[in-house]
Amino acid sequence: MTGVPHDILGVLRAIGRFVLGGLASIGRLVMFAWTAVSHALLPPYYPGRLVEQVLVIGYFSLPVVGMTALFTGSALAQQIFIGGSRFNAASTVPAVTVIGIVRELGPVLGGLMVAGRVSSAMAAELGTMRVTEQIDALTTLRTDPYRYLIAPRVLAAVLVMPLLVLVSNIIGVLGGFLLATERLGFNAAAYLNTTVSFLKADDVASSMVKAGVFGFIIALMGCYHGFHSSGGAAGVGKATTNAVVSAFILILLSNLIITVIVFGGK
Amino acid sequence: MNKIEVSGVRKRFGAKVVLDGVDLAVGAGESMVVIGGSGTGKSVLIKLILGLLKVDSGSIRVDGEEVTNLRGNALAAHRAKFGMLFQGGALFDSLPVWRNVAFALPRGQGAKNLRAAAIDNLAQVGLGAEVADLRPSELSGGMQKRVALARAIAVRPEIIFFDEPTTGLDPIMADVINNLIVDLVRDLKITALTITHDMASARKIADRIAMLYAGKIVWQGRREMIDASGNEYVDQFVNGRAEGPIRMQVKTA
Repeated sequence: MTGVPHDILGVLRAIGRFVLGGLASIGRLVMFAWTAVSHALLPPYYPGRLVEQVLVIGYFSLPVVGMTALFTGSALAQQIFIGGSRFNAASTVPAVTVIGIVRELGPVLGGLMVAGRVSSAMAAELGTMRVTEQIDALTTLRTDPYRYLIAPRVLAAVLVMPLLVLVSNIIGVLGGFLLATERLGFNAAAYLNTTVSFLKADDVASSMVKAGVFGFIIALMGCYHGFHSSGGAAGVGKATTNAVVSAFILILLSNLIITVIVFGGK
Repeated sequence: MNKIEVSGVRKRFGAKVVLDGVDLAVGAGESMVVIGGSGTGKSVLIKLILGLLKVDSGSIRVDGEEVTNLRGNALAAHRAKFGMLFQGGALFDSLPVWRNVAFALPRGQGAKNLRAAAIDNLAQVGLGAEVADLRPSELSGGMQKRVALARAIAVRPEIIFFDEPTTGLDPIMADVINNLIVDLVRDLKITALTITHDMASARKIADRIAMLYAGKIVWQGRREMIDASGNEYVDQFVNGRAEGPIRMQVKTA
């Protein structure tokens, strides 16, 4: 008789603990994000650290982002051609490719690739600094870790991701163009004309907005999980995994939200 | 006036009470050593004084000023009084030795002058200019400790904390580090607080010794009194006996 109420209380307690834990985690993340942004905007600045992060996040990500875009653009053009041929719409390849790449695949795949490369590296580096007391050492050496470690990473990611995605978009469209003209028999001039005429300013703007948001997410997740890691090597490994997984999920979620807001009524 | 005064400080992490009413005073220019087993809260104590952790209750005064609730610029000014030698050195692996040592020195004097200042500080801990451009990973454990010591004294702090300064070093290198600490504290007239479980180190560098056990200071007195403390906890610890009132936790709860 008394077992049932106890069971219900246990379930309620578990749900309550889960909800409170989730809210506390969101609160901690929001506070971390706010501190990171406010510290990025206020002096002292570390321009050398910013340049270093621009190189790490932007320049060194170019090969992987470029290759991803090239292969994806080519595969997309091939699929659109095959699918379109079934109802005599093979000529839509340039238009659908450019819209697909610029609106979705360029920023999303670019974001995911950079997240895989950069969020994990940030979490591993900051996590190692945390467990070896280097972050505490910074504080005792009159240096704010948020300004020195977090702000340059967040700022660099937000600044660099739009440029990376712009390059990714161009290479993706180029991939589709090369496959369409070399393999599918499209006329090069006609392909480029259709591409340019179908591409709207809104498409590019949404792509850049997505890239900036993804850059923020990538740096935030890498820094947050690394900065709060504990428990030695295992803790750093866990922080690295959590950084990548949470960055992936938040990129896909924010992409959906931005797409619905920008294109939902069109 | 005491340089540091810790009164009734309590700190717990979850259900685990780490410090349970610690009282400790360190005079200006004095070298105080806090001894105690692993996990007794020695590192927590110095992190509380530095403001890296917040106390649950109690008072910490530095130069007579309450520091437990400092924030922003006031907290930064408080921390600027301190230098710290971390247990593992905590050198920045991405920077060469000289940049580690010059890290907290005022910017704007040019890389050449910063490098020269770093080399001067390296000389104070017995290291030559040839190590200035090496990475921390290229140094032995003892050299890393010395570089970390040079970094801690570079800004000429009023107070310096040594967290297990000899852990992981062979006895000879440990004695080298102990001698350096004694010389630097004397020459630079720094107030020093060292936490260690190395009794040879404590005997060498302390003016006074305090023992932390079960979250409380169970004994404190002059270094010379340590062998006749009349305290069974101190006697067991100093003589390294497994039998006695201190029961080592061999299994986690």
